[in-house]
Amino acid sequence: MSDEMTLYLQVWRQKDSKSKGGFQNYKVENVSGDMSFLEMLDMLNENLAREGKDPIQYDHDCREGICGACSCMINGEAHGPGKKTTTCEMHMRHFNDGDAIIIEPWRAKAFPVLKDLAVDRSAYDKIIMAGGFIEVKYGNAPEANSMMVGKEVADFAMDNAACIGCGACAAACPNASAMLFTAAKTTQLSLLPQGKVESKKRVQSMIKKMDELGFGNCTNERLCEAACPKGISIISIARMNREYMGTLLKSDY
Amino acid sequence: MSSLKLDSKVPQGDIKTLWEDYKFNAKLVNPSNKRKFTVIVVGSGLAGASSAATLSELGYNVLNFCIQDSPRRAHSIAAQGGINAATNYQGDGDSVWRLFYDTVKGGDYRAREANVYRLAEVSNNIIDQCVAQGVPFARDYGGLYSMRSFGGAQVSRTFYARGQTGQQLLLGAYSAMEKEVAKGGVKQFTRREMVDLVVVDGKARGIIVRNIITGEIERYAADAVLLGTGGYGNVFFLSTNAMTSNGSAAWKAYKRGAAFANPCYVQIHPTCIPVHGELQSKLTLMSESLRNDGRIWVPKSATETRKATDIPEEERDYYLERKYPAFGNLVPRDVASRNAKNMTDEDKGVGETKLAVYLDFKDAIERLGRDVIEARYGNLFEMYESITDENPYETPMRIYPAIHYTMGGVWVDYNLQSTIPGLFVLGEANFSDHGANRLGASALMQGVADGYFVIPYTLGNYLGSEKLDKVSIDHEAFNTVEKEVQARFDKFMNIKGTKTVDHFHKQLGKLMWEYVGMARTEEGLKKALVEIPKVREQFWKDLKIPGDSKDLNIELEKANRVADFFEIGELMARDALNRAESAGGHFRLESQTEEGEAKRNDEQYCNVSAWEYTGDNQEPVLHVEELTFPNVPLTQRSYK
Repeated sequence: MSDEMTLYLQVWRQKDSKSKGGFQNYKVENVSGDMSFLEMLDMLNENLAREGKDPIQYDHDCREGICGACSCMINGEAHGPGKKTTTCEMHMRHFNDGDAIIIEPWRAKAFPVLKDLAVDRSAYDKIIMAGGFIEVKYGNAPEANSMMVGKEVADFAMDNAACIGCGACAAACPNASAMLFTAAKTTQLSLLPQGKVESKKRVQSMIKKMDELGFGNCTNERLCEAACPKGISIISIARMNREYMGTLLKSDY
Repeated sequence: MSSLKLDSKVPQGDIKTLWEDYKFNAKLVNPSNKRKFTVIVVGSGLAGASSAATLSELGYNVLNFCIQDSPRRAHSIAAQGGINAATNYQGDGDSVWRLFYDTVKGGDYRAREANVYRLAEVSNNIIDQCVAQGVPFARDYGGLYSMRSFGGAQVSRTFYARGQTGQQLLLGAYSAMEKEVAKGGVKQFTRREMVDLVVVDGKARGIIVRNIITGEIERYAADAVLLGTGGYGNVFFLSTNAMTSNGSAAWKAYKRGAAFANPCYVQIHPTCIPVHGELQSKLTLMSESLRNDGRIWVPKSATETRKATDIPEEERDYYLERKYPAFGNLVPRDVASRNAKNMTDEDKGVGETKLAVYLDFKDAIERLGRDVIEARYGNLFEMYESITDENPYETPMRIYPAIHYTMGGVWVDYNLQSTIPGLFVLGEANFSDHGANRLGASALMQGVADGYFVIPYTLGNYLGSEKLDKVSIDHEAFNTVEKEVQARFDKFMNIKGTKTVDHFHKQLGKLMWEYVGMARTEEGLKKALVEIPKVREQFWKDLKIPGDSKDLNIELEKANRVADFFEIGELMARDALNRAESAGGHFRLESQTEEGEAKRNDEQYCNVSAWEYTGDNQEPVLHVEELTFPNVPLTQRSYK
């Protein structure tokens, strides 16, 4: 059980996407180690609201690490210091009394800041729209067990399907690349027999869309992998590159 | 006098062929006419996204609205355990009939048989559909699907994708919807919150939304409105729901004329991580599956102060094993929750707050080895340790019940249509197929069934048989409703009081937990009906909202939801007071068996209570839909 702490925050405040932002300093007292990072920010916001000041805007929803909404750069690390953790799962016991904490929004050209720590991540939806699906109509899909998939392949597909679309990969990358996000989806779908049919078209159009939206390329920095709260490996990026090259060299028939 | 009539519109005939017959007799809309219809879908969870995708595939124009920054974040994503289906892949005797039977019985005989049968009937199609979309359900080494067991069933009928089944199903529905967005069939509106429903000539024809980024009020018109907006569990302030989960869309529908059914049925999940302090924002669930190997206990003495590991075996009370030798730690959710409360009421609770019981894996680790336990529950143990800083391999987990799911909701008929024509309600937002208690792994099943397999037919039947005039957003009704909405937001801003939204929400939550929580009494409910309006009055007098209404303003957003929570909470208390029996998640202390179990009163309450709004500060009118059980005979549930 940790004692109560006093923390010194530097938080990025920005009125809207058009205004210029800057850091503001806040002192937060009586922070218990059992509080989550967002509960600490809630406490600050509650104080700000009571004083009639505009609370800090940050995205959050499920607060159990699965919706992918929370997105804070904490002391320069996407989702803070914990491994395989989202901002909402981070607890204050990882900090010490008197610590200074710098809190920023995701920084990437394709994720413009909306207000304070909230950014617009609709670019990720657009990458999915470009091919992150299987062209199947609702209704009479074939019987589920009619197509077998080996456990190892199904498990690896699931490792990739675990992506929560939070954007930490692009935020952590010096090139603001969305390769890990895109590769996780192409890998999941092309490994399964249902998705294999469209894999060529998918990988081409998703990569094209990613480039169009202003995400950078991959230069093997591996920061995305380190920041990913779901532990998705850059093996998937290598796999997507191989698949993409293959589509340029090989004919389907 | 009220004109509202409850007509379940269940077709006549053999329950096994009802849905087939319905589909054959339903009116169809010809493909070239579908594009002339616009349908609003509010919510992007399993029910919302699956219906939006499906209706667009069929050719309708769909407008989809969600509160989050992306439809992929809806709270269906947080469901852990699995999804039920009657495939009988395990050859263990499962069937559509058995799934139907278990669901009706698990719901303590307070659901409509015909709806539940249809749910069981389409359950297998759901699995096929999701697999075709690329949902990676767990497989065994032979390449076929692996399944697990869940509470309330004696067969293994639950498909799962690790502890993230909700996520995988939702992402399947989301990607299907994004495919339709790319094709132009679905227009997607994110960071929008529905703030009212527009009814024209008695039919639902549009919605008013608030753009969360700009604060602007916007209007959208359509030929039908679908709500897939989830439950109202956040009335309690602390719950396993997401922070933005709210009951406002359903509540606005109620205030525009839709009957609200069974608001008192709330599911309290027995295994959540306990509250740690006043500033806690939400509760985290630990999967029900832990009760397979964990043993629940409290110290025998109310004055116990030793650490859990120092308390000798003979001074521990494994109360579930003692009271329910047949089911032991695996009794259904409602029974496990109530018993934990009884123990803490006797001052036998553990931990700093004394509001917790132990869930101990010591014996399982000794019996099976740490490796086996780690393989089964490793990720849950990690999550527990990350939140509490205690290692559950060495010291027992502390758990306590928490609000999880609401079985009540907007009353709908067999078509999923509310008492307002053209307003359809899907998933947790409707009063649902779960009766008074939902079984594990059935919420996902219902959300997807409503969206993929039921609404495409029933909506077509409505649009094909109604004469709908064109209505645009310039219609007078939109002007009127928008003015009312604007006035409400102005009112919040103009109170200029001294206390924040959360201050009042926490007060409401405490009242609800105390009087409308796990154990309810006539006296307590009457008290709640006096106290809730008092706090609500204070809220409207002393609320403080900083900033501007035409801006991203989180306090204003919350105020709008909490204002509705006060009214929902009051209706919950009223409904709980009216239902002087115990059934599933609704436990009235006055109505229990000699052994302290929930005792139904089928003579008086074998029905659905549906409430009609009659004006602010006026008592709502109660309507009753009688339930009959020709196929699943009524019995008293027993787990001894």
